Amino acid sequence: MFDTALTLSDLLFLAQGALVTLAVTAVSVLAGTFLGVLFGVLRSNVSAWVLFPLIFLLDVFRSVPLLIQLILGNAFQAIAGWGWTPFVTSCVILSLYTSAYATEIVRGAIDAVPQTTRRAARSLGLTWRQDMASIVFPMGLRVALPSWIGLTLGVMKDSALVLWLGIIELLRASQILVTRLQEPLFILSVAGAIYFLLSFPIARLGGRLERRWREND
Amino acid sequence: MIEIENVRKSFGALEVLKGVSLTVSNGEVVSVIGGSGSGKSTLLTCINGLESIDAGHILIDGTEVHARGTDLNKLRRKVGIVFQQWNAFPHLTVLENVTLAPRKVLGMPKEQAEEIAVRQLTHVGLADKLKVYPGRLSGGQQQRMAIARALAMSPSYMLFDEVTSALDPQLVGEVLDTLKMLAEEGMTMICVTHEMGFARDVSKRVAFFHQGVIAEIGPPEQIFGAPQSSETRKFLSNVR
Repeated sequence: MFDTALTLSDLLFLAQGALVTLAVTAVSVLAGTFLGVLFGVLRSNVSAWVLFPLIFLLDVFRSVPLLIQLILGNAFQAIAGWGWTPFVTSCVILSLYTSAYATEIVRGAIDAVPQTTRRAARSLGLTWRQDMASIVFPMGLRVALPSWIGLTLGVMKDSALVLWLGIIELLRASQILVTRLQEPLFILSVAGAIYFLLSFPIARLGGRLERRWREND
Repeated sequence: MIEIENVRKSFGALEVLKGVSLTVSNGEVVSVIGGSGSGKSTLLTCINGLESIDAGHILIDGTEVHARGTDLNKLRRKVGIVFQQWNAFPHLTVLENVTLAPRKVLGMPKEQAEEIAVRQLTHVGLADKLKVYPGRLSGGQQQRMAIARALAMSPSYMLFDEVTSALDPQLVGEVLDTLKMLAEEGMTMICVTHEMGFARDVSKRVAFFHQGVIAEIGPPEQIFGAPQSSETRKFLSNVR
């Protein structure tokens, strides 16, 4: 019979780690998406020459490995004397990282709305803002959703890297248990299953929305 | 009244409109014919301010369209336009497509906007499609919906930009019938079209566009029966 030293309190310890993972992910995806929408709208409306500094910064956040960003960011906030907790630092870096990807998703979604459709809306007397709110946003949402779900799931898994700042999230919690109990395969399986349980509802929700929208087309 | 005076418009080095003048009085139907790239469609998009102009004036009921202080969003309520590509809003039902502008632009309450929308959609023969999404409609039905959508704003003028060009041949008739009906009701219309039969039967005047200018304008009997300009004759002998 299968035997393990994993106790109920160990499982609770893992669950706590999962909560931290969930919190870091939720904050970063929310803030990152908000910034992404803002930057994405700017990107599709303002000339790239004007936005050059922003575009460059976002490119940096997209191309430098997240682990390096976290460590450099943490060092920078310490040098600057901001006194951020590792949790705050992690959320800030992950949010910017998320926003860099979200910006491209939003820009792509806005650009995917045909110019002719927007012209038709404007020719009815809709203002730029009304066109954005009633036509571009709902139409773009359908384009953006699959990529956004992918980004969210990616950020959830990438958030494991914040363990390097000393945060005990799901992966770090399982590492601690592995060190103590010496049952790496079993404990990592449990951790993996928890990651799956966190991701699955988001993926399903996305699939459901897509299906519902497709019925109308 | 729409007054177009000596309008010029270039896209980069290409001058599309080379001094176009045209006055359309209320209740008049003017058809604009001519070869592709002759500037017909550009003229329409200039009339409702979707495109800027380089020189000249366009006045709608005395208001200069391209003047600095002109509120284009307000002006566009008076001027409906329907494009070659019908441009349905795919995420909205037929009814919502038509009520959107009256509600957002005119601030109409939902019930009132729906009443108008149902009336206009019935008018174009789509009363049974209110709750359907545009993706389920045929091209002709979508184009008629686009017409109802423009009419719901109770415009004084309607501009039609080759509204049947993207349709399957068997769907052209239903859209042209809708245009004819509007013309008979006294709507002021400028129709850019390749449908010569329609231009002959419905319009009061026909303008032949050639290389960015109106080469000839007159009643359909003149343009189709006894064209004055050799360019008109050449064009008409090619399309027939």
